Amino acid sequence: MRRTLLAIGTGALAVGLGAGPASACGGLIGRNGSVNLVRTTTLAAWHDGVEHYVTAFKFAGSGGQFGSIIPLPGVPTSVERGGDWTLQRLVREVAPPVPVFAAARAESAAAAPADVLLQTRIDALDITVLRGGGQAVGEWATQNGFLLTPDTPEVLDFYARRSPIFLAAKFDADAARQKGVALGDGTPVHLTIPTSNPWVPLRILGVGHAPAERIAADVFLLTDNKPALLPGDSAAGLTVARQEPATTSLLTDLRTDKGMDWMPQSMWLSYLKVDALPAQLTYDLAVDATGAGRPSPVAAGLDAGAALPNKDGGTPVLPFAIAGAALAVVAVTGAGLLVARSRR
Amino acid sequence: MKLATVGLVAGLALAAASGGADGGGRTVTLTIHHSRFSASELRVHPGERVRFVVRNTDPIAHELIIGDQTVQTFHELGTEAHHGDRPGEISVAAGATAETTYRFGPAAGPPVLFGCHLPGHWAFGMHGTIRVV
Repeated sequence: MRRTLLAIGTGALAVGLGAGPASACGGLIGRNGSVNLVRTTTLAAWHDGVEHYVTAFKFAGSGGQFGSIIPLPGVPTSVERGGDWTLQRLVREVAPPVPVFAAARAESAAAAPADVLLQTRIDALDITVLRGGGQAVGEWATQNGFLLTPDTPEVLDFYARRSPIFLAAKFDADAARQKGVALGDGTPVHLTIPTSNPWVPLRILGVGHAPAERIAADVFLLTDNKPALLPGDSAAGLTVARQEPATTSLLTDLRTDKGMDWMPQSMWLSYLKVDALPAQLTYDLAVDATGAGRPSPVAAGLDAGAALPNKDGGTPVLPFAIAGAALAVVAVTGAGLLVARSRR
Repeated sequence: MKLATVGLVAGLALAAASGGADGGGRTVTLTIHHSRFSASELRVHPGERVRFVVRNTDPIAHELIIGDQTVQTFHELGTEAHHGDRPGEISVAAGATAETTYRFGPAAGPPVLFGCHLPGHWAFGMHGTIRVV
């Protein structure tokens, strides 16, 4: 079984919330805080100037609260519970199970404080969309119980220079357990974001990881046209595994899931694999799905001095910041915390 | 890190030139940005008393712990949530500035280190050396 984690757009900076026993001076990391990134799976689908991010948050820790912060390319118009099927169907599309029998059915710095733009609760997740610089979002996260790992401030600024929108999610594992959510279950989240092109933050996946710890993630893109990607295969740790027209069966299956009826009759499927060390993951994934063939170096994080274009076409959205953190243990990326429900 | 060292030496010289405010001791300002100290190496005189001003520009807390390897190991494994009572040990909240004063021993003493022991911070690179010369 392949676990899928859909990070909205991509990565998630996840950390435990809540105080555990201190293990070092000033310690905020719990002794039992073993939250690990398993694998992150993300869908960034783009149609008619709107990006649909589907993400799933999965409890993989030992208890307490965990959090995740994800940079976004714009302000979402809706944040709602996503369908349970979309991510798993995409994974199946690129790695179909081998049937036993032919007929067998496959299973398997001191800026203004951050503005809170949106708050909602989805199952055991408390989701907040923020607007602010890296400093402001980091302060908001700290004040709201997140413990940011030491590499976080630089990464927050890296994103905040380009777009000031972040999504912070708190996952209350204890509450989830009380509600009968079992280990391995996930909460899919679907964000709808008007933007001129899809975008997937990747660098954030490396936050909180040891230098020798490999980061694995699956990224799916569904676009109207064959997209131009930056970086592409030439980037360390990134492989474009598949680029092809999406099959009718895939689109039909996805369209039946909750909130996916917007999908057109034809789309282009891209499947990218991330397998990188934190030091290699210095970029994001810029996509040009308009057919112009010019993915933005700025969006890819290769020129962090400028701003990401917004839906209106080139107007800087300004920096976005992330906040992530957590307490009980180390910062982890979406995976361990954000995982989609798996189906066989 | 060479530039940082040079920068700090320059800072020390400036502080010395300004006289210092605390009993004639010098004042050294260390800035923390993106979980990195503005210098990785300091130079002080034997027996010198130095006032350290630590300016934290990050949205997360940090600390400055000065001492030999034994002191550093104690704090790396310790459980103190806040520092400030002992000379050379100070916690610095997010976006805040704090200070502590430390008197150095003789040049022949054990190597003096400084750093932050919040979880993962030392390993991330938040440490340096103070040479008593």
